[in-house]
Amino acid sequence: MAQIAETRVKNTAHNVAMRSTKRTSWRKPLMNLLRHLVLIVVSIAFVFPFYWMVITALKENTRVFTYPIEWWPDPIRWDNFSTAINYTGFPFWQFLRNSVYYSLSVTIGTVISCAAVGYGFARLRFPGRDLLFILTLATLMIPGIVTFIPTFVLFRQLGMLGTYSPLILPAFLGNAFYIFMMRQFFQGLPVELEDAARVDGAGELRTFWQIMLPLVRPALLVMAVFTFLGAWHDFFSPLVYLSERDQYPLSLGLFAFRSQRTTEYSLMMAASTLTTLPLIILFFFAQRYFLDGIKLTGIKG
Amino acid sequence: MAAIVSRPSRISPLRRRRALAGYLFVLPWIISLLVFTAYPVLASFYFSLTDYTVIEAPRWVGLENYRSLSSTDPSFWISAYNSAYYALIAVPVGLIVSLGLALLLNMQAKGIGLYRTIFYLPALAPPVAGTIIFIIMFNSQGGLVNQVLELVGLSGVGWFTDPKWAKLGLIILSLWGVGVGTLVFLAGLKEIPQSLLEAAGIDGANTWQRFRHITLPLLTPVTLFNLVMGVIGSFQVFTSAFVIGGTTGRPLESTLMYMVLIYRHAFRYFKMGYASALAVLLFLAILIVTVTIFRTARLWVFQEDEEQAA
Repeated sequence: MAQIAETRVKNTAHNVAMRSTKRTSWRKPLMNLLRHLVLIVVSIAFVFPFYWMVITALKENTRVFTYPIEWWPDPIRWDNFSTAINYTGFPFWQFLRNSVYYSLSVTIGTVISCAAVGYGFARLRFPGRDLLFILTLATLMIPGIVTFIPTFVLFRQLGMLGTYSPLILPAFLGNAFYIFMMRQFFQGLPVELEDAARVDGAGELRTFWQIMLPLVRPALLVMAVFTFLGAWHDFFSPLVYLSERDQYPLSLGLFAFRSQRTTEYSLMMAASTLTTLPLIILFFFAQRYFLDGIKLTGIKG
Repeated sequence: MAAIVSRPSRISPLRRRRALAGYLFVLPWIISLLVFTAYPVLASFYFSLTDYTVIEAPRWVGLENYRSLSSTDPSFWISAYNSAYYALIAVPVGLIVSLGLALLLNMQAKGIGLYRTIFYLPALAPPVAGTIIFIIMFNSQGGLVNQVLELVGLSGVGWFTDPKWAKLGLIILSLWGVGVGTLVFLAGLKEIPQSLLEAAGIDGANTWQRFRHITLPLLTPVTLFNLVMGVIGSFQVFTSAFVIGGTTGRPLESTLMYMVLIYRHAFRYFKMGYASALAVLLFLAILIVTVTIFRTARLWVFQEDEEQAA
């Protein structure tokens, strides 16, 4: 993936160089300067809410809305963070554990199931396969809420309300979008691989696990980071299914914090910063998969 | 390969084994399709024709839910209006902004990677956190945005306290996340063969003409994708509206989005039948809109074979 992108970049860079020699020499740099100016202004606008979140988190609560604007906190209240963490009703470490548990479980379930199902659709032939695949694509058109209410009723009858099971179990059975993505990836692999494995006497499971799976590692990682992000951000399902505060993931915990403490803005921002930070850290480790993944998935992140 | 080895009339054991393996590999998904898709979709339609409080069994009422939501529930129309308003502004503006930014980003220069990263950052903020940040920045008393507006001589408004402005506030919040669409457009731009643009340049086409007649048509498939995803997503917006306006859509039902109304009926009042009727209507609305978009797509989305035939 990255290699293809790299060669493409080299080619276009070469082309651009060829073209610019034909142009008047001053126009191109001027245009580029203008572009950069606009991009810098937009970048500031995008980053600014993060800056404001952190700055507000460090302000004294009485100084959040001052005339004129305080662009820098004075005094800096680092202790807002420890206050937020130790706040009654906002057991930060517990929420963090819950978020990690929820996001990791969903990620593991989705990666395993979608890789296996995608492989089945791409590389194994069985009667009804293509019809089943078309059905899979058709389900992408169904808005989540249509299936949500009966699913809720179902989990209620199973006595699973107030637990993480309704949030995690479905992930282990697959997800239409990622099955589609994995199928495309597995289809791109050469046929000779399987044939060679079969000649060597490898069973279907071993062929999948030891030969095919390592080859789609980038796709698995893309799927993993987006699933993790999705579960970390998920608000609706925890809101509906969880009842005890100790079970809340961070997203829901933050909401509860805000509904309770409507005027403690700096603490609210400290809590928001703490909720956002783990993802920013993850992002800087797995940036490639996030940004490459957008090309593959185009999903809303 | 198996066909060469075995006689065509007989199903070889190898093929049977592979078919069995195939079923086993997709088995989880077959279960999911049955339990978490087929059953719920059918049940939604059934529930929508019943009075169902979860505690007691569903009681058949025919079209009563549909009748009462359209004739005796003003919140239904208000929320439908709010969601339509939101989608009609947020989606086109989001498309134009993300396309514009992608065009600006589509160059070979140092620092592009950094811009890409920055544009993506808002997608990392948990929706609840992002919404709370905006509530504070757009606070009507002493909030940053109003103070800046006052500095340039405009008067501040009650962003999330005045029904006239609350939806616009939500739309601005949605535009913060426009970077993802930008990166999708950018990936589409990278797919456009440079040779095509060069050839046009040699033929004397200027920058605007190349954009209008090459870049834009070749980008229409990506635009279609972003448009459909944008419409489906904005019809289902929930978290930001819920964090700002709660289940009642404060102020004065101005942020009462359709999904919030469904949530209120299903999980606050436990009126599952009524909520299912709302969900079915949302399903139909999304279906009609996406089918219409795909129908019109033939008129404006570039198809390669068509061009070759011409």
